[in-house]
Amino acid sequence: MNAARVREKIAFTILGLITLLIVLPIILTIFYVVKNGAGAVSWEFISQSPRHGMREGGIFPAIIGTIVLIIGTMLFSLPLGILSAIYLVEYAKDNLFTRLIKLSVVNLSGIPSIVYGLFGFTLFVVFLNFGTSILAGSLTLAIMSLPVIITATKEALESVPFTYREISLSLGATKWQTIRYCVLPYSIPGILTGTVLSLSRAAGETAPILFTVAAFYLPRLPHSIFDQVMALPYHLYVISTQVPNMPAKLSFATGLVLIGLVFLMNLVSIILRAHYRKKKQW
Amino acid sequence: MVADAVIKTVNLKCAFGETTAVTNLNIEIRANEILGIIGPSNSGKTTFLRALNRLNYLNMSYRQSGDIIFEGKDIKQISDNILRKKIGIIFALPQVLPISIFENVAYGPKVHGVKDKSKTAEMVETALKKAYLWDEVKDRLEMSAMRLSGGQQQRLCIARTLAVEPDVILYDEPCSGLDPISTAKVEDAMRELKKDYTQILVTNNTKQAARVSERCGFFLMGDLVEIEETETMFTNPKDQRTDDYITGRFG
Repeated sequence: MNAARVREKIAFTILGLITLLIVLPIILTIFYVVKNGAGAVSWEFISQSPRHGMREGGIFPAIIGTIVLIIGTMLFSLPLGILSAIYLVEYAKDNLFTRLIKLSVVNLSGIPSIVYGLFGFTLFVVFLNFGTSILAGSLTLAIMSLPVIITATKEALESVPFTYREISLSLGATKWQTIRYCVLPYSIPGILTGTVLSLSRAAGETAPILFTVAAFYLPRLPHSIFDQVMALPYHLYVISTQVPNMPAKLSFATGLVLIGLVFLMNLVSIILRAHYRKKKQW
Repeated sequence: MVADAVIKTVNLKCAFGETTAVTNLNIEIRANEILGIIGPSNSGKTTFLRALNRLNYLNMSYRQSGDIIFEGKDIKQISDNILRKKIGIIFALPQVLPISIFENVAYGPKVHGVKDKSKTAEMVETALKKAYLWDEVKDRLEMSAMRLSGGQQQRLCIARTLAVEPDVILYDEPCSGLDPISTAKVEDAMRELKKDYTQILVTNNTKQAARVSERCGFFLMGDLVEIEETETMFTNPKDQRTDDYITGRFG
């Protein structure tokens, strides 16, 4: 073997080891959570309300709460994020104002989630008088998710070849028809990836819902969007820190259910992506 | 002659940023003719062509002055999508969309509001027949257009433009990536289309212009040096520069 090949081998080995190093913590975390929590996950745990100071029973209201919050977040952040990204990429003129908006969007994704929580509390809970409610929590999580959704959508739109737009326009399509038929269909996989990533993060956040929606203990299901709900990440925080003599396996089981929920969302997006890829024949 | 000019440009100047592409163009295009445009690279041929259906404006740095009159109307007064419906274009490289053959051709009718399925199917069939592609693809219309050969893709592009039912078809070096047999098929299609359409063919291949066009214009550095019946231009050009170019002494 010559020197160049040896150097190549060494480089590949290092790259491989680094990749392994990155995957390792994820595998260990999941392994640890499964090992400690799997025993406590049962049908009863998933389908019943907590009892006896949350030390017994299940986490059904928290699961429903998190699902409701994800749906609420999606309802607000998807149209807002995707439409504004379409505007930024396809319509906005390249001037100082547009560049300022783009810069702000990128910077917004770096703001700590607790700041979003405080902002949501001030604006939605107090000023707009929504109270601690599903509406206020969903809006807060939606605002937090927007930067990632906008950025992902922007990149997905920009990756569609310019020639597709040129073909469509040259055939007499209007700009909106071009976007609708010739750009969006090819950017949906990218938009989906970014959206699900962002919603997964929203599902697991505690800080933004702390002041805006989350209930400490509320063993019933919400009746309206102005109700409070329990949510998995906040419930996990509560039972891990606020309740004495809490069996540790219940905390891990709650974490496991949260991971499972996020995994399910990703699964749906993978299936949708595959479906769209198959429909479009590259 | 002025009366039956489909397209007329008046003192047309085109520039991209600081770079002038077309200097001062006055040209008239007659109904149902095939006008060949020849000239070396960077002579403004393509810019002239894309000015006619305002495609140049997709480039943000594009500036234009002078008038283009289409069917007696200044094109500034026609909205882009109507203008481009009437003046279709075939690009240099075959550019098909990554959808089926049928969907590619049906794209135009779809955006122009044809909803009826049997009407669409009929339009697709007519367009593919006119572009000499029907026999080759009629059994596999649902196949991805990306899997056709280059020559077939270019004829598919012609069919796609025809399905929009334009009055004028612009060709921007349509055969530059094609083999001689595919080229011959595209040229056959052009001759057949002469009955119903006005066609402008920009080409780097002087022989192609001689074969297909009836009149021919020679562009050089943004100027129209000469426009003449093709026969006259290739046998007895007025300008020395035209003579040099078509006999291959420069360019």
